[in-house]
Amino acid sequence: MENEKHHIVSYKTYTVILLVLIALTFISIGITNIELGSFAVTGALLLASVKSFLVLTYFMHLKYDKPYIILMVAFVFAVFLAVIIITFFDYFFR
Amino acid sequence: MSQVIHHDAHYDPEGSKIGMWLFIFTELLLFGGLFIVYAVYRYLNPEAFEMAAEELNVTIGAVNTIILLVSSMTIAMSTTALQKKQKGTTVVLLEITFMLALIFLINKYFEWGIKFEHGIFPGSEYMTSELSQGEILFYGLYFVMTGLHALHIVVGMVIMGVALHRIQKGTVHPERASLLENAGLYWHLVDLIWIFLFPLFYLIS
Repeated sequence: MENEKHHIVSYKTYTVILLVLIALTFISIGITNIELGSFAVTGALLLASVKSFLVLTYFMHLKYDKPYIILMVAFVFAVFLAVIIITFFDYFFR
Repeated sequence: MSQVIHHDAHYDPEGSKIGMWLFIFTELLLFGGLFIVYAVYRYLNPEAFEMAAEELNVTIGAVNTIILLVSSMTIAMSTTALQKKQKGTTVVLLEITFMLALIFLINKYFEWGIKFEHGIFPGSEYMTSELSQGEILFYGLYFVMTGLHALHIVVGMVIMGVALHRIQKGTVHPERASLLENAGLYWHLVDLIWIFLFPLFYLIS
C-alpha cells in the first residue's frame, strides 16, 4: 500500500479547469439569451454535460483512477439514461 | 489531549474510495429521479414552465454557480496541498471552501426570501388561487430540488468541519488522506448536481 504511487494534480490544472468551467457557464447564459427556441435548452444541457464531464474527470480524479471505477460511474450514467429513454418512450407513444 | 496516531491501524484508501463512490451513485439516482419528474412535467406543461422560470433571478443563480465552481476547485486544491505536505495551505483552502458554501446558503436564503415575500411557497394562497397547475408544479420542483440540494450543502459543510478538525489534530495527514479526499468527492457531487439545476430552472425562460 505504501509504495502505491498517488497522482498529485497540480494547482495549475485545477485553475485551468475552473476557468474553462466558468467560461462554459457564461456561454450557456449567453445562448439562452439569444432566441434559439428549443435549441437553447439543448445547448444549455449539452454545455452542462461538458461541464459535468470536466468535474468528473479532473476534480473527481477519474482521469487518474483505476479503470474499474470509471466503468462503474459510466454504468450508473448509462442506467440513468436508459430510464429517461424508457420513460419518454412511454410518454411519446401514449 | 491529542490522540496517539496508530500507524498500524487498518487503513484502506481504495476501499474507502469505492464506498464513497457507491454512496455517490445512490445520490445521483436520487436526484436523477427528480430530474426525470421535472422532464416529464416540463414536457406536459412547456408554456407554464417557461413562464414560471422567468420569475427566477438569473444573476443570483449565476453567482451561486460560480461560487460552487470555485469552492470545488479550492477543496480539490486542499487535497493537493495535503499530498504536498503543506498543512497550513490545506487548512486555509478548506476554510475558504467552507466560507464559500456559507455564502451560497446566504444567497439561497435571500433568493427564497424574495419568493416568500411574493407569496410563492408551497401551498401558499397566491399559488393555489392565481397560478396554473404547471406553474405550481414548477415551483414545487424548484423548492424541493434546490432545497434538497441546499441540505446537501449543509451536510457537506459538516463533513468539511470534521475534516478540518481531523487535519488540525493530525489524524488526517498525507499518508492517511482518505477523509479529505472523500469530503472532496462529496463536495464535487454537490457541484455536479447544481451544474444541471442551474440551466434547468434559471435558464429556460
